[in-house]
Amino acid sequence: MTRSPARPGTRAPRTTRAIVVRAVLLTLLALALTFALDPFRNYQLAVIAATFCATAGLTLLVGLTGQLSLGHAVLMAAGGYGYALVAGPAAEAGLGGTARFALGILGALVLSAAVGGLLGLAGARLRGPYLAGLTLALVIALPALTTQVPGLGKDQGLGVPFEAVPAPLAGLMVVEQWHAWIAVVVAALAVTPLVVLRSGRAGLRMRATHGDEVAARLAGISPARVKVGAFVVSAVAAGLGGAVLAVVTQSVSPGRYSLAFSLLLLVAVVVGGLGSIGGAAAGAALVVLLPWLVEALTSAGGLSADLEQRLSGNLALAVFGALLVAVTVVWPGGLAAASAGPRGRLARALRRSRADDGPGPTSDAAPAPASDPTSDQASYQAPDQTPDPLPITER
Amino acid sequence: MDRLVLLVSTGVARGLVIALFALSLVIIWRAARIVNFAQAAMAVAAVYVAFAVQQATGSYVLALLSALVVGALLGVAVERGLMRHVAGRTPMPGMIVAIGLVMVLQALLGIFFGPKHRPMTPVLSEAPLYVGDVPVLSRYDLFVLLVALVVVVGLGVLFNRSTLGLQLRASAVAPEVSRLLGVRVPRMVTIGWMLSSAVAALAVLLLVPTELGLNAHSGDVLFVHAFTVAVLGGLDSPAGALVGGLVVGVLISLVTGYASAGLAPLAVLALLTCVLLVRPGGIFATKEARTA
Repeated sequence: MTRSPARPGTRAPRTTRAIVVRAVLLTLLALALTFALDPFRNYQLAVIAATFCATAGLTLLVGLTGQLSLGHAVLMAAGGYGYALVAGPAAEAGLGGTARFALGILGALVLSAAVGGLLGLAGARLRGPYLAGLTLALVIALPALTTQVPGLGKDQGLGVPFEAVPAPLAGLMVVEQWHAWIAVVVAALAVTPLVVLRSGRAGLRMRATHGDEVAARLAGISPARVKVGAFVVSAVAAGLGGAVLAVVTQSVSPGRYSLAFSLLLLVAVVVGGLGSIGGAAAGAALVVLLPWLVEALTSAGGLSADLEQRLSGNLALAVFGALLVAVTVVWPGGLAAASAGPRGRLARALRRSRADDGPGPTSDAAPAPASDPTSDQASYQAPDQTPDPLPITER
Repeated sequence: MDRLVLLVSTGVARGLVIALFALSLVIIWRAARIVNFAQAAMAVAAVYVAFAVQQATGSYVLALLSALVVGALLGVAVERGLMRHVAGRTPMPGMIVAIGLVMVLQALLGIFFGPKHRPMTPVLSEAPLYVGDVPVLSRYDLFVLLVALVVVVGLGVLFNRSTLGLQLRASAVAPEVSRLLGVRVPRMVTIGWMLSSAVAALAVLLLVPTELGLNAHSGDVLFVHAFTVAVLGGLDSPAGALVGGLVVGVLISLVTGYASAGLAPLAVLALLTCVLLVRPGGIFATKEARTA
């Protein structure tokens, strides 16, 4: 319970109303922004919004409960398939418009929550590397799963009914902008509950479980329940992102949700700052825009065809990898810490150096378990000394 | 029946390669409490050097040695240059850095060597030998089996019968006490990385001739299987890696032979899920996770 909101330097949690008001304002701003963008930029905005759903869920899971999932691409895929499996037959039955979309989203919710719940049940029993291993095996098995399970359309995947611009808005916007609207609104609906959870009692429980399971248990928290709950919430957000991506690209296929994509989600979360929702948004924009930027630069550079083919994809991958390493080693707070200002960074640096010297005077922990030769380092971490960057300041 | 014998024996040969790689993951987990996601990419980089050596000199033995040496050097470089600077009492930052390293290494290999697979001819014939009239292992499989067994036994002797092995084990289990008793713990961690990445490079070198060829991603599937195996057996347990490797190798071979190759990843996932649900620390977990 060391990360209680009463800790000095922590802002008091925002009220739910303040969070909702801010979310509505940001959403309106994003919707207004779509008028200033051309169709391709609007498409990119929609993809960013879809990715944001997944990264927001992942940052909550990794940053707050400390469960490393390499399988969030599968949860997005679950959302996409859930949408396609419901919306496809609904379209054949002659259903259209909002009803079909709502049913599809419901399908996405159900399927991604089911997959997330199963993974969460496993995750509650498994420690870090074991959970990472299970989720890794799941991502690798996704193409085989879609090929072997009938009705998932094998490698080609499933088609998704086209969402046309509704009649009253038809004179106002093209279809890309309408899709961007859908994506922004769904992202807002997916992420706002996460922010509310994070700043409230549930977030506190997650941090407590991450900080020290024994202490959390003594305080009456059930770590297993918290972990499963976090996984389901995170999975539902990712699933909504997958549904949006399915609508925007009008299809869902296993090729899109590869291990590489799963790792990109992790890059987004780490670079943005673990646990920070604003960082997750910045990270989502980064992983969508950077490959496109690099591609544009290399094709404009007048390189030979062979070199261009070799650089294609690889250069962006190298940059992402380097970012992941650099941020984790040098700058563990990510973008979120940078935007928290010099005071936040200084405080963090001070705390880190104190943690290196052993339990500092402010530490309320008993003798640090690191000095206990029998303790299993993997399952144990000293409260108040966790080096991974939990965002103390919000943003 | 003939088919079963053939499938099981090739499964054993593949399984030993997987077990070798899993063993390298276990070594590094025991030494440094890190799951090295970059193991496959580092090993593939070492095998690229071995490939160049084989082309230049024509000698397979030299290629084998160079893979081992370059693998070990890469291990030292990564540990000294990168992993040592990762702060953390939890395994997570280390895992994230390793994932970043995979991306960088694979991208660089892709940029320098291009996407095409370079065929590597096996040093011995791949045609199966017959016992009576039942086809069993090929000469190359036998060679792989032999090398893998030598390495496993060698590592067993090193860890259990030598002073260095005792120091390695001591510093992995109780770094503070070992330091007080005069063991140079940081050096032991570096040696753990050296051993681990050399073994991984050897595993990839043994694997590549039986696959499509050398490519930046040739080690990926091996890594996933080996990681599965290490998790199955418990990351702390060398015996678990060995047994798990054989089980997974035979399972993949049987599923591929009797059902379809597409089902193999699902079978591995199912096995992993079942084992982890029954024993969350792996089959051979020596120590239950401390929860209270």
